[in-house]
Amino acid sequence: MNSFRLRRAAGLLLATGMGLTAVACSQGGDDAASNGKVTIVVNGLPPQTQAFDRKIFDEDVAEFEAANPDIDVEPREGFMDPQTFSAKLAGGQLEDVYYAYFTDPANIIARRQAADITEYVKDVPHYDAIRRELRDVFSADGKVYGVPTANYSMGLVYNRELFTRAGLDPDQPPKTWDEVREAARKITALGDNKVGFAEYSRDNQGGWHFTAWMYSVGGQIARRDGDKWVADFNNDKGREVLDHLKAMRWTDKTMGEKQLLVIEDVQQMMGAGQLGMYLAAPDNIPTLVNQFDGDYADYGLTAIPDAKGTLIGGEGYMVNPKASPEKIRAGLKWISWKYLNPDRIEKNLQRYKERGQPIGLPVPPAADIWTGDIADRQTRLKESLATMPVGNFKSYVDTKPTGKVEPPNAQQVYAVLDNVMQAVLTKPDADVAQLLADAEAKVNPVLAQVK
Amino acid sequence: MRRRVAENLTAYGFLSAALVCFAVFSWYPLARGVALGFQQVDFVNAPAWVGWENFERLFADPLFATAWRNTALFTALALVFGFAVPFLLAVVLNELRHFTAYFRLVVYLPVMLPPVVAALVWKWMYDPGPGLLNTALRGLGLAGLPWLDSADTSMLSLVVVATWANLGTATLIYLAALQGIPGELYEAAELDGAGVLRRLWHVTVPQTRFVLLVLLLLQVVATMQVFTEPYVMTSGGPDDSTVTVLLLLYRYAFYYNDFGTASALSLLLLLVLGAFTALYLRVTRKAEA
Repeated sequence: MNSFRLRRAAGLLLATGMGLTAVACSQGGDDAASNGKVTIVVNGLPPQTQAFDRKIFDEDVAEFEAANPDIDVEPREGFMDPQTFSAKLAGGQLEDVYYAYFTDPANIIARRQAADITEYVKDVPHYDAIRRELRDVFSADGKVYGVPTANYSMGLVYNRELFTRAGLDPDQPPKTWDEVREAARKITALGDNKVGFAEYSRDNQGGWHFTAWMYSVGGQIARRDGDKWVADFNNDKGREVLDHLKAMRWTDKTMGEKQLLVIEDVQQMMGAGQLGMYLAAPDNIPTLVNQFDGDYADYGLTAIPDAKGTLIGGEGYMVNPKASPEKIRAGLKWISWKYLNPDRIEKNLQRYKERGQPIGLPVPPAADIWTGDIADRQTRLKESLATMPVGNFKSYVDTKPTGKVEPPNAQQVYAVLDNVMQAVLTKPDADVAQLLADAEAKVNPVLAQVK
Repeated sequence: MRRRVAENLTAYGFLSAALVCFAVFSWYPLARGVALGFQQVDFVNAPAWVGWENFERLFADPLFATAWRNTALFTALALVFGFAVPFLLAVVLNELRHFTAYFRLVVYLPVMLPPVVAALVWKWMYDPGPGLLNTALRGLGLAGLPWLDSADTSMLSLVVVATWANLGTATLIYLAALQGIPGELYEAAELDGAGVLRRLWHVTVPQTRFVLLVLLLLQVVATMQVFTEPYVMTSGGPDDSTVTVLLLLYRYAFYYNDFGTASALSLLLLLVLGAFTALYLRVTRKAEA
């Protein structure tokens, strides 16, 4: 009798525990329209460590909500992280409107993890004035799954102070890979463990930068062959890139001893004044200045060497595939108001300037995504309100190499190409032709999966 | 009677909390993981059953064989170092008569360091340029080594880190086992004219055989799951020389969002580890009997 009661009590306790867990898990569900308002959860809220950007974001949310009383914006910190994306989606924690790098939309769309917003995007003002190649990143088979909000292209960041010390003219940065090689020699010759040029080679970043090198010399990573994609780097262009890299690493010894680097390692080297040059987007410069207590005057940015093409990247916003039509409409309204609003460009620049933020770099608050009149107006405003030595970035702005987007299935392709970069940077006797042939054999099956 | 009821009620209360935790955080994910191995999921639509397709994709991946080979190499090297070094350290510590507490603390200290911190510190020491190890080697007039930057030395470099980080626990267990050996055995051996090495081989090793075997099996199970060191220090490079099974699994799941194939790989790892665990259970049961 007692034993039965005990078991029943234990069972009840267990059931209660499970029930509580289930209830706890189901909290935070859809509360849209419960008070006549549509609530949208959006990410992109800067962390508290970036106090200025966070304040701007909060002010924008308040202003948007005041102008749109039927929409309630719930901001969340962070951006789309491929490593947690699926877990958030599975757990019902994915924001209604989420940020995505240009690398990810193709896979997200293929996995059906973004809402089809083709019908809704027609209501986004100035959508057609956004550069077509950027819009295409978020589209597939004639359908739209997201909108681009920022864009960058890869250039060459260099340390002006080291250039001067090495007898190089910081106002005449290298224009070709041969000039980069020469400048790297002079910087390394300064001694004290100075590194002329650094390059990434792991966490898929090696493949990413190999792609940028290939574009810069007029090559590519993949090409369409009928209705499928095939690798296109096992050729003269591919050999040219790797031979150049190998010569800098082993003949000139201008790339330092330590390899298997990622972006944070290289930024640290640059921030510590140990590095002469590296390939990067303009947004690296504020990072160098802010994280390493640097000075904008010490860094220069020029176009990617050879400049026959450059890798373009950027960011945009996509919508949760489970979002209701009301949320999609409200989400797009928020995106177009905050990120795609030509009427707010001047106000944003002024707001940044008044609070001592740098204006003049080709990075937000004025995103380089527009064509036509809007692009011209934005350029004029940025020039007139510039607060920093824009001359240091003039050659980057003036040179306009053809922008090319990343190859399909970019992450998997980069994983293979990481090995190619690693081999060239860690083996003095690396066989460039063999490496490219091996990589081609591995990349083709990855590209064959692209529909 | 009433007291027994009250005691049992308390016990069931505690048990139910544990059951809920195990059910939610262990058994359910385990069952889901097995199912996922045979499914393709996008977390939006219902999972699709795909039979053995995930396993076929794994077997077709050239990295699959590489990862198992690398894991086997890491395990073998980790056993050579991770097994012998703590045992010898324990023997030395057991012989010490002064500062024993201090030396035991020193040996155990690395265990207290978070693994990622240890890996980052070693990454700095391995820096082939201004790193501590090469600076020391050059100071002795020797050439520096590429450590993590060469496929020939990368795995061994990771094993050194793993051994350094984990030897404290094994050393203390060996030490406890050594201190359980009756002193008379050594005295008898000494009277029979046995030297240090013969005493080690004929007294110490047989007396600690059970502990040695159990730790050996536990170490195989632990080292086959190596992840932190290659993830933090090399990301599997250079030239895939440090891609381990767990690192490959992580790439499938979190780089490519292919949770089906990642789960299939985890099932294979489970089978291999299960065999070693069964062996471990057999050994411990035999010893208890």
